[in-house]
Amino acid sequence: MSALPLVLTVFVACAVEAVEALTIVLAAGLTREWRSTFQGMAAALAVLAVIVAALGPAITLLPLTALRLVVGALLAIFGLQWLRKAVLRASGHKSLHDEASAYLREVAAAKAATAESRGRVHDWYAFTLSFKGVLLEGLEVIFIVITFGANQHNVGAAAIGAAAAVVVVAVTGIAVRAPLARVPENALKFAVGVMLTSFGMFWGAEGAGVSWPGGDAALLVLVPAVALVALGYTALLRRPAGPAPVPAPESQEVPSS
Amino acid sequence: MRRLRSIGAFWYDFVVGDDWRVAVVVVAVLALTALLVHAAGVNAWWLVPPCVLAALGWSLHRAVRRS
Repeated sequence: MSALPLVLTVFVACAVEAVEALTIVLAAGLTREWRSTFQGMAAALAVLAVIVAALGPAITLLPLTALRLVVGALLAIFGLQWLRKAVLRASGHKSLHDEASAYLREVAAAKAATAESRGRVHDWYAFTLSFKGVLLEGLEVIFIVITFGANQHNVGAAAIGAAAAVVVVAVTGIAVRAPLARVPENALKFAVGVMLTSFGMFWGAEGAGVSWPGGDAALLVLVPAVALVALGYTALLRRPAGPAPVPAPESQEVPSS
Repeated sequence: MRRLRSIGAFWYDFVVGDDWRVAVVVVAVLALTALLVHAAGVNAWWLVPPCVLAALGWSLHRAVRRS
C-alpha cells in the first residue's frame, strides 16, 4: 500500500474521533470554564504521548509476521465493533450518533454538576470531562495510527494523517464554536468500520501464513466485498415502515466508535 | 485490585466491545488458518473473510432479536 491511501484512511478514521472529542471539550469549555478544560485536555495529551512513546518503539520491535497476526486480529475485532454499530444504526435498531444531541446532553450534565476546586484545577468537573473525552478518543486514534503505521512500516505517514485530522477538526471547531453536527459521522463510521475490518482480515490472515492472490491488490476486492455484505445486512435488517420500537439509546454503547 | 480490575474492564470494552463472540470467532478462524497453512500446507486465504462476515451477521441477528 502506498503512503496516500494509508494517510487518507487514517485521516478519515481519526477525524471521526476528533469530532467526538471536540464535542466534549466544547461542552466543558463553553458551559463550565476554559482554563480547567484546557488543563484536562493537556493532561490527557500528556498521557497519550507517554503511551505512544512506550508502545510505538516496542511494537516495531516485533517480527512482522507476529505483528501482522496480533495487530490484524485486534484490528478485525475492533473494526467489527464499528461495523456492527454502523449497521445497527443504519438499519434503525440503534439511534444515529448525533453530535448536536450529544452536545446538549453533555451541556445539561455540566450545568447540573457542582463546582469543586482541587489543587491547581479550579473546576474539577470541567477538567475530568475534558480529560476523559480527549483520552478515550485519543486512544482510538493511537490504536489506528500504530496498527496501520506499523503494518505498513510507515508510522510517520499514519501520524501525518492523524495529525492533519486533529488540526482540521480543531481549527473548524474553533472557527464555528459549535459541535460539528454537519459532518456525515454515521456514514464515515460505516466506511471506517469497513476499512478496519478489511485491513484486519488481510493482515491477520497474512500473519497466519496466507499468501493473498494478487498480494496487496486483494484489498481491492476485499474492501468492496466487506462493504457490500455490510450494506446487504443493513438492507435485510432495516425496520419496515410504520411505528417502530424505540431504538437502543446512544448511552448503551462503548463511549465512542 | 479494584483499580486493576477496572483497567482490565476498560481495555476489554475498548477492544472487544459489545459482543465477545465476534472476538472469539476472529481468533479461532485465524488459528485454524495458521494450522491449515503450516500443518497441512493449504494456502487458506479463502477461510477468513466468509467466517468473519458470517460472525458479523450472527452478532447482528442476536442484537436485533434482543431489541
